[in-house]
Amino acid sequence: METANDRKTLINSLQKNILQWEGYRPPPTGTQGLVGLGAVETAFPNGVFPLGTVHELVCSTTEQATASSGLISGLLSVFMQNGGACLWISLTGNIFPPALSGFGIEPSRLIFIRVTKDQEALWVMEEALKCAGLAAVVAEARELDFKQSRRLQLAVEQSHVTGFVLRNAVKKIGSTACAARWQVKSLPSEPVDDLPGLGFPRWEVELLRVRNGHPGTWIIEWAEGKFKQVEKEQTAKPFKRKAG
Amino acid sequence: MQHRYMAIWFRHLVTDWLTLRQPELKDQPFVLVVPEHNRMIVRAANPEAEAQGVRAGMPAADAKAITTNLQVIDFPLGQESKLLRHLGLWCIRYTPVVAIDLPDGLTLDISGCAHLWGGEKGYLKTVVLKLRGMGYDARAAIADTVGAAWAIARYGKIRPIIESGGQAEAIAGLSPAALRLEPAILDKLYKLGFRYVKSFMTMPRTVLRRRFGEGFLLRLAQALGTTDEYLAPIIPPVPYVERLPCLEPVRTDKAIEIGIEKLLQGLCSRLQAEGKGVRKVVLKCFRIDGKMVQAGITTTRGSHSVSHLFKLFGLQISKIEPALGIELFLLEAQKVEDIDPLQEKLWLGDPGLQDTALAELLDRIAGKIGPERIMRYLPAEHYWPERSIRPALSLKDISLAGWRADKPRPIRLLSKPEAIEVMALLPDYPPKIFIYKGKRHVVDKADGPERIEREWWLDKGEHRDYYMVEDEHGGRYWLFRSGHYDSGGAQWYLHGFFA
Repeated sequence: METANDRKTLINSLQKNILQWEGYRPPPTGTQGLVGLGAVETAFPNGVFPLGTVHELVCSTTEQATASSGLISGLLSVFMQNGGACLWISLTGNIFPPALSGFGIEPSRLIFIRVTKDQEALWVMEEALKCAGLAAVVAEARELDFKQSRRLQLAVEQSHVTGFVLRNAVKKIGSTACAARWQVKSLPSEPVDDLPGLGFPRWEVELLRVRNGHPGTWIIEWAEGKFKQVEKEQTAKPFKRKAG
Repeated sequence: MQHRYMAIWFRHLVTDWLTLRQPELKDQPFVLVVPEHNRMIVRAANPEAEAQGVRAGMPAADAKAITTNLQVIDFPLGQESKLLRHLGLWCIRYTPVVAIDLPDGLTLDISGCAHLWGGEKGYLKTVVLKLRGMGYDARAAIADTVGAAWAIARYGKIRPIIESGGQAEAIAGLSPAALRLEPAILDKLYKLGFRYVKSFMTMPRTVLRRRFGEGFLLRLAQALGTTDEYLAPIIPPVPYVERLPCLEPVRTDKAIEIGIEKLLQGLCSRLQAEGKGVRKVVLKCFRIDGKMVQAGITTTRGSHSVSHLFKLFGLQISKIEPALGIELFLLEAQKVEDIDPLQEKLWLGDPGLQDTALAELLDRIAGKIGPERIMRYLPAEHYWPERSIRPALSLKDISLAGWRADKPRPIRLLSKPEAIEVMALLPDYPPKIFIYKGKRHVVDKADGPERIEREWWLDKGEHRDYYMVEDEHGGRYWLFRSGHYDSGGAQWYLHGFFA
C-alpha cells in the first residue's frame, strides 16, 4: 500500500513537472472554476480552463453553430466582466445583439466584423489576437488548417487573449495547434418546476481533443446567469410533453 | 509681412488659344461670336481684326462690313475658365498661391517668391516672357494690393512694378474703369465728369457712399490697400503638410517605407506639440514620368503615433506603383482634430472600448477590408426585431435606452425571415410540425405567442405572432405567423435560432 501511494504521488509530481516543461505553469490561486464550467474544467491540464489560447468549435449545422455561440456567450460574460471589449468576426453576421444581454454580456461592447472570405476572417482574427486590450476574439470561418492555427497560437502567446474559432467545414478536419476542440449540440430542455414550454437552454458539450487533457462529454445548462452541469442519468429518461 | 501681388492680364486669351489650336488662323483676322437677342455679337477679336477696328461688343454684321475676309467663329463657352485654370496650375511653379480672375486674368500672391528670380523685375520678366513664348499675349504688374496690380496690368502705361506704398500715386492718373467697377457706376462717374481716379480719390467717404454705394468704396479701398482682399487659390493650402524630395528616384518598397517613416516623424512631432491628431492622411508620390500616385488612410480616432500611422500605410504600400521612380513625396494631413489626452488608469479593469490599442486595431481592419464592415450595435426603442438595434456612430456613442432582456430573443436572427410549411393543430396554437429547407421538424415544446405589431407609422403590413419552439432533437427556433390565422393568407416564417 505504502509503495503504491508513493508511486502515485511520484507519478503525479512527475506529470506536473512534464506540464511545466511543456509551458503550463501551475495556475495562480483563485483561477480554479473561474469560468464556471464545473466538471468540464477538470479535463484541461492542471484542471483550469486555458485562457490565452485558441479554442476551436466544430459545428456542422446552424443549430450546432447556434449552440456553440450560446456556450461562447456564457464564457464571454466571464471574460468581459471587467469592462473589456470583444470582437466577433463572421461571414454571416447574423448574431442578434439583444439576445446576448440574456447571457450577461453588454452587447454594445461587442464589435462585429463582417468578412466575405475565410482568409479575411483569419487575417482579422490574427490582428485582433495581437491586441492585448481585448477580452476575447470570436471568429466564424469555414476552415482552419494547421499553419493558420499555428499563426493564431503564436499571436495569443504574446497577448494572452482568448480566441474561439467556429468552423463549419467538418468534412476535412485535420490536426490544428488549438488548445481544445469542442463540439456543442443542443439537447431538448427540461421543464422548470413542471411548467409547460421550454426550459433552460441545454447543450451536450463534447471535448473532442484537449492538449494534455482528457477528452469527454458533459451536459451543461445555462440557468439563471451561470452554467449548471446536469448529471447524465437525469437525461436518460426522455420527458415528453404535448406542445402548447 | 508686406504682401506683394502680381496680376496677369491675357489680352487675347481665347483667340490666342484658338490660334495655337489652329495655326492656319495665324495672321488672319477672325472674331469669336455669341448669339444675343437674335443677332451675333463679337465676344473676342484677334489682334489682326482689332487693327482693322473690330471691337468686342460689336454686332458680327458690322464687323464684317468694316473688314475684309473676316472669319466668324462661334465662341467656345466656358473655355476661358478652363484655360485660366490650366495656366494657373502652370504658374504654381512661380508661387504656391494662384487665383483665377475671370474672365481674362490671374492673380498671384508673390510674397517672398520674387528674390528667387533676382528680384521683382526679373520675376515679372520671366513670367511674361514665358507666357508670351507659349503664345499668349500677357501683361503683368506687381503691386502691394490686388486692386492696384489689376489696374496697372490693364491700364498702366509707365512702369509695371509699383514700389511698396506707391499704389495711390500709381492709380491716381488712371481711368475709373481700372477700379473693377460695374458698368452702371462707370457711366455715372463719366456723366459726373470723373475721368480719373484722382478726381474722386480724396473725397469724403460719406459723399461717395451716398452716390455710388458701398461696393464702390470697397473697390477703391481694396486698390488703395486700406481693406484686405482675399484670394481663393486654385489649390487650397493644406495646413499640415510634409514634403520629402529624393536625390535619386525611389523604386523599391523598402525605400518608400523609409520615406513614409521620415515624413510621419516630421508630421507627428508637429501634431504632438499642438495636441492634435490626424483622422485622414494622404500620401502623394510624384513620379519622374510626370504622373502622381496617391495612397490614403483614415483613422477612427485622432492619432499622432508614428508607429500606428506607419502600420496603416504599410497596408497601402503595395498599392503604390513607383514605375520608373518617385522623386517627391508629399504627406498631407487632410483632416485633423484635437485629441483629448487619455488618463492612464492605475486601478484594475479593462480599458474596454476607449482603449487606444483597440482603436488602432480597428483602423488596421478598416484599412484592409473597409470601414463599412465594422459594426457595433446599440439598442433602439422599437419592438420590431429588425429595428430594435441601430449601428453605433463611433466608439464613443452610447445609448440612453437600455438593452431589454425581458423577452426571449434568438442569438442568431436571419436578416430576412424564411418561409416554412407548417401543420398546426388549432388556430393560435404553435405548429406541430414544420418543414424548413426540406427538413421535417417535429415540435416537442413551445412558448408563445408573443404578438409584435407593425409600427404603422413606419411601414404597412401584418402583425407577427412569434413562437419559440423546440424540436425533438433539441433545436430551438423562433417562428412567427404573419397575420391572423383565419385571414387566409397567413404565412409562417422561421426568423431565428436560439442557443
